[in-house]
Amino acid sequence: MEVWEQVFQLGVLAAAIRMATPLLLGTLGEMVAERSGVVNLGIDGVMTAGAFLAFLTAWLTGSLWLALLVAVLGGLLVGLFTGILVIDLGLDQTVAGLGVMLTLYGLVYFIFRLLFGGVGTPPAIAQFGPLPVPLLSKLPVLGPVLFNQNILTYLAFSLAPVMAYFLFRTPAGLALRTVGENPQAAAAAGIKVRAIRYRALGFASAMAAAGGAFLTLAVFNSFTFGIVSARGWICLALVVLGRWSPWGCTAAVLLFGSIDALQLRLQSSGALAIPYQVFLMLPFLATIIAMIIIARRVHAPEALMKPYSSEDR
Amino acid sequence: MRIRLEPRLQTSQSAMLLAPIIAVAAAMVVSGILIASAGVNPIQAFGTMIKAAVGSRSAFLETLLKVTPLIFTGLCAALAFRIKFWNIGGEGQLLLGAMAAAYVGTQTLPAWSYLPLMIAAGFLLGGLGALLPAWLRLKLNVNDTVSTLMLNFVIFFGMMALLSGPWKDPISGWSDSPDIVMNAEFPIIVERSRLHIGFLLAVGSAVVLWLVSTRTTFGMAMKAIGENPRAAHHAGFSVSKIFLVTALLSGGLAGLAGVCEVGGVQFQVISTISPGYGYAGLVVATLARLHPGEIILSAMFLGAIMTGADEMSRQTGIPATLADVVQGVSLLAMLIALVFTRYRLRLRASNKKVEAL
Repeated sequence: MEVWEQVFQLGVLAAAIRMATPLLLGTLGEMVAERSGVVNLGIDGVMTAGAFLAFLTAWLTGSLWLALLVAVLGGLLVGLFTGILVIDLGLDQTVAGLGVMLTLYGLVYFIFRLLFGGVGTPPAIAQFGPLPVPLLSKLPVLGPVLFNQNILTYLAFSLAPVMAYFLFRTPAGLALRTVGENPQAAAAAGIKVRAIRYRALGFASAMAAAGGAFLTLAVFNSFTFGIVSARGWICLALVVLGRWSPWGCTAAVLLFGSIDALQLRLQSSGALAIPYQVFLMLPFLATIIAMIIIARRVHAPEALMKPYSSEDR
Repeated sequence: MRIRLEPRLQTSQSAMLLAPIIAVAAAMVVSGILIASAGVNPIQAFGTMIKAAVGSRSAFLETLLKVTPLIFTGLCAALAFRIKFWNIGGEGQLLLGAMAAAYVGTQTLPAWSYLPLMIAAGFLLGGLGALLPAWLRLKLNVNDTVSTLMLNFVIFFGMMALLSGPWKDPISGWSDSPDIVMNAEFPIIVERSRLHIGFLLAVGSAVVLWLVSTRTTFGMAMKAIGENPRAAHHAGFSVSKIFLVTALLSGGLAGLAGVCEVGGVQFQVISTISPGYGYAGLVVATLARLHPGEIILSAMFLGAIMTGADEMSRQTGIPATLADVVQGVSLLAMLIALVFTRYRLRLRASNKKVEAL
């Protein structure tokens, strides 16, 4: 019984929401790219680069917002570069994405080792602190869990309705979805397929980088080797689980976040005599099982991972 | 003016030969810039790398030792990619093979039976690790890129749980599996070195797969399925069977990489048994254009980079993660260069101007 009391402490739930933020940013961004027909498989590398750029900028200038901006711009650039590879040159999105990822991992850790290699622990930076919402944060239970977060978490969680509106209620959203379902028809209707895919991929990469920046600026207030620990990969799975919808993705992130918080809590409670790695395994295993359960109801964008060439018409 | 890609009528043979050279050159330029920015002379650093990788008998043999698992994981990725099975799970399948081999290697068995049994068990378990996601994709349309990736983490943490719990080495107390018995250790093929029989097995597998993919109906079926599954079906191939068999082979080959690391190098399962051989296999396969024979060469290139980067790091203080940059850049450069075997760049007046005329 004690275990469960510990699990449901409010602090744990608040932390679960906070730890879900980088996943939410990455997942919603990736969802937009995939809706346009492009998978950003380099996402884990982009997150790592975002985390590092933010850390470096914050360490040099002390400005958290500037750090976030630099990370986002860096992510955008990587997205556009990936666009040249997979949109213009029509390279295989899986392999090209892996190439981008490997290159970014290598570059980031190379520069990190070069700058901070001799230091035992890398320097700490300031971080985004909690920003209690007046009145709401005083609510019992919900207050401390939902309304005593940092500003980036509020922003991330308000994205779902904005994106749902954009995707399903605006002409631009319709164009994006058409490009992902049937690029030939979209082109025939005068929609610029490549331009839209570039924007979607740039957005996805910028969001992934913001997710990475969140890790250094609002969670660990430093940068360490392996800081992203596969969160980018997890975003790819969460897009499938969320069935390419903004609300679905938000729900998938929250589900994953609670399993993750639960495993962390079970790990530290030490009440169960199981090696802690079993708990580390849980979120990944749960993701696979969830993918199998919803498999029959999943409908991926029709043109996902198919390069578009104007000669196809 | 607008730059356009125009399809070539014939695949350009010269571009085909040039592609790997461009890939290696691009990787050297980028890593040269990084080395220079670290305040070290790139020429000297490359010299150190080459010397450490192939500069002496022992260095060369140590590189071949690293090449062994890379050939296997490269073959794993190449086979899977040929049929468009997006198996990113070579890393996990390697670990499965390693665990199976370590389990067999610690049993009490007749001396002659260790080698074949370890190979069979590792191949089978690794193969099952790829068969499951392939089957899930076939039957339930579960995204294979994502499922194989997630399985890597499930398998890694599962292995770590075993190593720190029930499988902990009782003698050392470390989170490693117990050592395999003497008789299970792979025979050494070159005296005064660590190069073991697994290297021959890897090269042999590559040659066999080369023959299978070019000379047999199965190889033809694989090619047909990769290019157009529907057409392959109409041509009378049983598409799902070949898909699943190829997936099993793919995972099995990654499993053999793990078998070799246990049987010939570590003699036990440790947490760092694979420094990313599974992921590097994807690069090996791409550099070889998914060609089983060329995989031996590309595995040698990456093996030399990995060995060389480690030594260069020790001598000059340049971070060894430079090897990752080389992998990533050469992979991307190769992919881009390959585009130009099928297309050529053409400068053309923009569409608007054409319309205005």
